Amino acid sequence: MSLRKSITDLRKRRALVQKGGGDAAIEKQNAMGKLTARERILALLDRDSFSEYDLFVEHQARDFDMEKKVLHGDGVLIGTGTILGGPVCVFAQDFTVAGGSLGLSHARKITKIMDHALKMRVPLIGINDSGGARIQEGVNSLAGYGEIFYRNTMASGVIPQISVILGPCAGGAVYSPALTDFVFMVDKISKMFITGPSVIETVLGEKIGMEELGGARIHAEITGNAHFFAESETECFDQIKKLLSFIPRNNEAKTKKYPAKDPISSIKIEDIVPGDAKSPYDVRDLLRAVVDDSDFFEIQEMWAANIVIGFGRINGESVGFVANQPLVLAGVLDCDSSDKAARFIRFCDAFNIPIVTFEDMPGYLPGVDQEHAGVIRHGAKLLYAYSEATVPKVTVILRKAYGGGYIAMNSRHLGSDFNFAWPSAEIAVMGPEGAANIIFKKEIDEAENPDEMRKLKVAEYKEKFANPYVAASKGYIDAVIEPAETRSLLIHALEVSKNKTDYRPTKKHGIPPF
Amino acid sequence: MAIDNSELKPFRVFYATYMTKYTKKYENRKVWEEPDPTKILSYIPGTILEFLAKEGDVLKEGQPLLTFEAMKMVNTITMPYNGIVKKFAVNIGDRVPKAATLVEIEYAED
Repeated sequence: MSLRKSITDLRKRRALVQKGGGDAAIEKQNAMGKLTARERILALLDRDSFSEYDLFVEHQARDFDMEKKVLHGDGVLIGTGTILGGPVCVFAQDFTVAGGSLGLSHARKITKIMDHALKMRVPLIGINDSGGARIQEGVNSLAGYGEIFYRNTMASGVIPQISVILGPCAGGAVYSPALTDFVFMVDKISKMFITGPSVIETVLGEKIGMEELGGARIHAEITGNAHFFAESETECFDQIKKLLSFIPRNNEAKTKKYPAKDPISSIKIEDIVPGDAKSPYDVRDLLRAVVDDSDFFEIQEMWAANIVIGFGRINGESVGFVANQPLVLAGVLDCDSSDKAARFIRFCDAFNIPIVTFEDMPGYLPGVDQEHAGVIRHGAKLLYAYSEATVPKVTVILRKAYGGGYIAMNSRHLGSDFNFAWPSAEIAVMGPEGAANIIFKKEIDEAENPDEMRKLKVAEYKEKFANPYVAASKGYIDAVIEPAETRSLLIHALEVSKNKTDYRPTKKHGIPPF
Repeated sequence: MAIDNSELKPFRVFYATYMTKYTKKYENRKVWEEPDPTKILSYIPGTILEFLAKEGDVLKEGQPLLTFEAMKMVNTITMPYNGIVKKFAVNIGDRVPKAATLVEIEYAED
């Protein structure tokens, strides 16, 4: 064959395989409102940057007449490319080929690109759209999943791992996304569950639809498995690109610095937070008044909304923010909010992103429901994550810092580097009402008018203890600051923390309470 | 941004009450109920297979009451203490959810 002829031959072969499951299957995929695997990769990566590998890989199955079947690319695309100019490794399951089912060759393609990502120290993005294990391949599919999970774990904390669920992701398949750092889901397209509605109905008699069981909304709001919820695939890809702008390529690389910009928020920072510690406000307004360009990128917006986590920039540098949200459940700490914040703190620490904490919370949520749900164990995650982190850690106490929550929210005692408090801060073992009732119980009980006395004593306690000055007098707070000084002090604190070095005892790894 | 006060509800933490929004999960949380020792509940969803006692039987702790199948396992439900079987609240073949009352019993002196 002449070279020209063999080039034509290559092109023909490529064109055939690139069609995946063929026109009919592609039409079906599009009719479900879904892009094909190839379209997704092209939409996500920078234009013309995708380079595909293992296009001609075929399955090796020999049972159940599988040898007669051709599965183009074995139902998955892998390759490298760039997003916002930064290199990434990517795989996308192709639902048009045997429902994106995972056989051994399919899994080997995925593990190949995972190995590549880890070796090259670049982020890994996996697009999941698969009916699950390829039953005909038996234990080989299980082996495939296991090899993926192992690599997810090895890569954890070394390279950012992003999972995009754009179709079904069921059974064992869900554990790869669960092991990665960020899970993206799209309304009505993404579904995740261990056992589907039909099995649940047969075995347990519980009737539930796919959407209610494991749709994007459920995972974004109830389970916390999804970090990002989007209305469309396009919106989802934009979210991924934005996330990548805030995080480094790997745990030894620096996050890209952007030109510093002032916040554009028109509200004065001191007008956001009401003076009465019991009045709510949206802490995200405060975050927007502090970060560059008022651009705060929230993560897990709908789940455990009593704590807000996300990225923003301070003077051009990426920062992870953790903030109690008085607007939802008064901003209490509970099982879910502790879990949410702890995992985020560990991500920031692993990838050297400084953490800024805004504190305004009345404590851990009391109740049988919480105690039995394991608020001790979950709450401990937060203490562990803050204590363990060696990145620069700054706390600003806005109002309430009561009890165990005060300790947990990156207090000086857990190794925080800078602790600032607004003059409105109430740093105390508990709220004034509770404290006065206990300390002055005798006086209140014996008073002619107990209610009057209680009010008097609450006011007295408030005056003496519900302020930042007691903690400041002991050096637990570095400075009591004016709200308007917050941003400039954060800029300063992060600037002087740039070369922070902090050591931990040598160990194989810690044993966090999870 | 201005807060829509109509969405705010009172929320008590220790001695103070805060005006705040609830989460769906919080609204749907299970409120604690003291367990009723005269009711035997299913601890897992399943199907009732067989009764091993009759209403009115006086049984010792550990004697079998009924079997039910859940997750392909046949489980035998037994008397938690010496007592009388008052009533079977289910029928053979019933598919029961978790925490459904299976049997009503009563404590009996030896």
